[in-house]
Amino acid sequence: MATRPPKPEKNHASFESYVIGYLLSLGLTLVAYFMVYDRTLTYPMGPMGLLVPALITLALGQFLVQLIFFFHLGRETKPRWKLVVFCGMIMVISILVFGSLWIMSNLNYRMTPQQIDNYMSSQDGF
Amino acid sequence: MSAEVTPKNPSRPEVDMESKTMTGFWVYLMTDCVLFAALFAVYAVLHNNTFGGPGGPQLFDLPSVLAETLCLLTSSFTCGLGVLAAYKQAKNQMYAWFAVTFLLGATFLWLEITEFARFAHMGDGPSRSGFLSGFFTLVGTHGLHITIGLTWLVLMMIQIMRKGLGENQLRRLTMFSLFWHFLDLIWIFIFTIVYMMGAS
Repeated sequence: MATRPPKPEKNHASFESYVIGYLLSLGLTLVAYFMVYDRTLTYPMGPMGLLVPALITLALGQFLVQLIFFFHLGRETKPRWKLVVFCGMIMVISILVFGSLWIMSNLNYRMTPQQIDNYMSSQDGF
Repeated sequence: MSAEVTPKNPSRPEVDMESKTMTGFWVYLMTDCVLFAALFAVYAVLHNNTFGGPGGPQLFDLPSVLAETLCLLTSSFTCGLGVLAAYKQAKNQMYAWFAVTFLLGATFLWLEITEFARFAHMGDGPSRSGFLSGFFTLVGTHGLHITIGLTWLVLMMIQIMRKGLGENQLRRLTMFSLFWHFLDLIWIFIFTIVYMMGAS
């Protein structure tokens, strides 16, 4: 089968965008890693309290970087189906994750350890 | 692919096969995200239920996790460069980039299997506690996706060797690169939520 030269894809990325995305992702990963690995670096930020929000911010930053530079999201032409499906996915995920955590922590809150023990033994242990 | 596609309604913009397939594949990736979200929710609910067994700080080997992360991130990058080379019809360059992608992906998988084996060897398998069940399901599902991706990559390379770099092959390579970037995206959250937050 002869290979005919294909038409260039409209929204395809350039070499530069991959390099920028890679370097940014690399930086964000290393910052997160050393914040956890060497706690003395983050000591001025205070104890545990601030570490978790900082890690989540770094992860969301890398999420955005990769969506823009690796997935080229938002660069398609008018009927933006990819973006629509993406927003739907974000909505479903938010409901699923925050809903589960909310319900489970509420159940935890409403059940005393005594009740849990009674339930466990009535259900033949673990 | 069918060559005679005549647009029935000329006033509507023609939707070519390429963008149709890519949109369909994108929808698949987004539903796969929902699968991972469910597993993340399970892990988040169970992560404190160690049942007297070891938790994250005792189990996780951070330098090995960083090595896994860097392997996967770099392979995502080289995969993108491989697709760029394929669009320029630079075959040797493309083979080189995808070989690097495969090796880095295989190294990632090897590190992950070593980690799983280490846990199981210490008696901390998936049945040890709720935390470990959630951990093995979430990270194992990601590892399974990586295995499928590596198999797909090998099959694509064989196909290109036999059939050349036609329009079909380029479309499939683009889909593969989307899949591979997607696995790297999921890994960011496993790295942060399971390993970084679990180790501290």
